[in-house]
Amino acid sequence: MSGAIPAEIQVGEELPGRAHTPDNVALFMYNAALWNPHRIHFDLPYATEVEGYPGLVIAGPLMGDWLGECVDEWITDRAMLVMLEYSNRQAAFIGETLSAGGVVEAIDTGTGEVSLDLYIKNEAGEVITPGKAIVRFDE
Amino acid sequence: MSGLLSPELLANIGKTELPRTEVVTRRDIRKYAIATDQRQRKYLDGDEAPPLFHVALFWDVVERDELTPDGVSIDKLLPKFPLERAMAGGLNIRYHDKIRAGDTLIGTRTLTDIYEKEGRSGPLIFYEVVLEVVRDDATAVITQTTTRILR
Repeated sequence: MSGAIPAEIQVGEELPGRAHTPDNVALFMYNAALWNPHRIHFDLPYATEVEGYPGLVIAGPLMGDWLGECVDEWITDRAMLVMLEYSNRQAAFIGETLSAGGVVEAIDTGTGEVSLDLYIKNEAGEVITPGKAIVRFDE
Repeated sequence: MSGLLSPELLANIGKTELPRTEVVTRRDIRKYAIATDQRQRKYLDGDEAPPLFHVALFWDVVERDELTPDGVSIDKLLPKFPLERAMAGGLNIRYHDKIRAGDTLIGTRTLTDIYEKEGRSGPLIFYEVVLEVVRDDATAVITQTTTRILR
């Protein structure tokens, strides 16, 4: 099988990406959707005084959602998401703006697969959640 | 290697939970799509699930007395480890098919590996849990490997 990767996709191409500034309402809805009652996400006195965090902790898997969205909005319905992986390396807190983005890392015209290098960066530009994805363009 | 992992502990590799069956509703997809800041209509309307929806669908639902005071549920698939402070975790998700409203999905978790590595400030324990998600007609949907590190 040969792939059908559009010619305009080149190694080094940057994904449009998106910045997120989750507030308490967003974090509440996310943890409610999960049914996750972990106090560090909603109980500010507990998060700061007991756990010693500077604020309410943004849930780690939510960063995975933003990476998935970043890929998804770039491929639209042109390709299938085959693999997504990420690793939460550093915590983030309510009030921060976090940017999801990525770049085309490799193109395999034989399989139609494109590998992407992904990241969530904080306002200091540090990568707090690196990730990777593979998408497949089928004929 | 500091020998933290006893044969008894390693004997837990391969342990599997009872499969869990969950029905995907449009309402749950819509809630998840809004909560995760999605912009595509297929997600916001609940036709199709965003890529990490299964994380919510198979999140453990436990009774109140099974929660620790900080609101965390104890993962019964895991043995008691000699290191307990959790560090970064990683997820690798392989997609075989999309999830849509009306699907009945069966999720099975297996503890697939436990190993030890020497970190910069002492020994680390790694473990891996694989979640296999299939549709009720046995079609493969998702294979997810979670790796966690304890120090």
